[in-house]
Amino acid sequence: MTNSKVAEVIRDDLWKNNPVTVQILGICSTLAVTNIFLNTLVMGLGLTFVTSFSALTISLLRNIIPPRVRMMVQTLVIASFVVIVDIVLKAYVPNISKALGPYVGLIITNCIIMGRMEAFASSNKPGIAFLDGVTSGIGYAWVLLVIAFFRELLGFGTILGTPVLDPVMRGLGYSEGWVQWAFMIMAPGGFFMLALFIWVTNSVTAGKAVRTKK
Amino acid sequence: MESLSPWVIFFAAIFTGNILLVYFLGMCSFLSVSKRINTALGLGLAVTFVLTITSALNYVVYRMVLQPLGIEYLRYIVFIVVIAATVQLLELFIERYSEVLYINLGIFLPLITVNCAILGVSLFMVIRDYTFIQSVLFGAGSGLGWLLAILAMAGIRERLNEQRIPPALRGPGITLIITGIMAMAFIGFSGMVQIQ
Repeated sequence: MTNSKVAEVIRDDLWKNNPVTVQILGICSTLAVTNIFLNTLVMGLGLTFVTSFSALTISLLRNIIPPRVRMMVQTLVIASFVVIVDIVLKAYVPNISKALGPYVGLIITNCIIMGRMEAFASSNKPGIAFLDGVTSGIGYAWVLLVIAFFRELLGFGTILGTPVLDPVMRGLGYSEGWVQWAFMIMAPGGFFMLALFIWVTNSVTAGKAVRTKK
Repeated sequence: MESLSPWVIFFAAIFTGNILLVYFLGMCSFLSVSKRINTALGLGLAVTFVLTITSALNYVVYRMVLQPLGIEYLRYIVFIVVIAATVQLLELFIERYSEVLYINLGIFLPLITVNCAILGVSLFMVIRDYTFIQSVLFGAGSGLGWLLAILAMAGIRERLNEQRIPPALRGPGITLIITGIMAMAFIGFSGMVQIQ
């Protein structure tokens, strides 16, 4: 495991080849859980856990899995880790577990994990595969957290459940305070937010490419 | 949940609770396969077909095997295995008996195992405590709803090719914005029937 390879993995997963904004994977949960920041944080942690440990397992088993049943083995490994996450969430944060509902189970079919297993873990050593799993998870989580931050702020007017915009609006002289922007909490808000986010990141990357060309 | 008529669930799954536009399930293949109407139709039909069958199968497995044995927490693993096996069997079956169907649907079948809509519908069915008939119609309705959404999107995207879109917004960006507008339209249905 050389240092340059480690750096490359980290840079790729977090920005250059970010699973959400560049590869457009794992969108289902990206949108479904991002109307409340705290739920998103839990989801991001859960996904990072599943991705990194599945990557480790697959990488350790990579020489003994028959290629023909590769997908099936990968799915089962991922599913086992998801069961662990589900049970832990139910035991320690039952409220969030209930709010996330089926989306915890849907980590199994999150294409990010499958994609990383296929593209990276099944052909690399365990150490770097684990790192790739962790950074992919973080790459996914930070994008989600940004989206969730704005959706919660605009939708409910709160940050982590604390009212923020309400006092601000009252301070500015609007007696009714912050009127909830229900649109942001509902499905279309999620679609628009993600589209905007992709637009911004693409513009930044494109701008950089033009500058380096000069 | 037993009081709800299965047909209410069926239509609600197509419109007010559209699996794609309201619950965001099946987005990956929705974004990548919605470029042409023909392929969108093929994939949509395959999804509807598989959804109807797997929701019935998973219902039986959950109520007859997992619940009596008290191992509901294994449902994720069991459901995904049932789905993968169904898809594989269907592929063999279609290949053997109908060449036309195989050419039109067969190529999409492998894509379906990882479509989160399929697993999602089975999980929703458990959470909402549906009966057998309700589950099957919920599966079929969700499939049709997905088909409707992807067909509409493919139609729009075929015409979008000639438009001038800001470069950074091309591809997934503009597709998501259109999906958002479609989702707004579908939310308009929610005054008609509501299930939760």
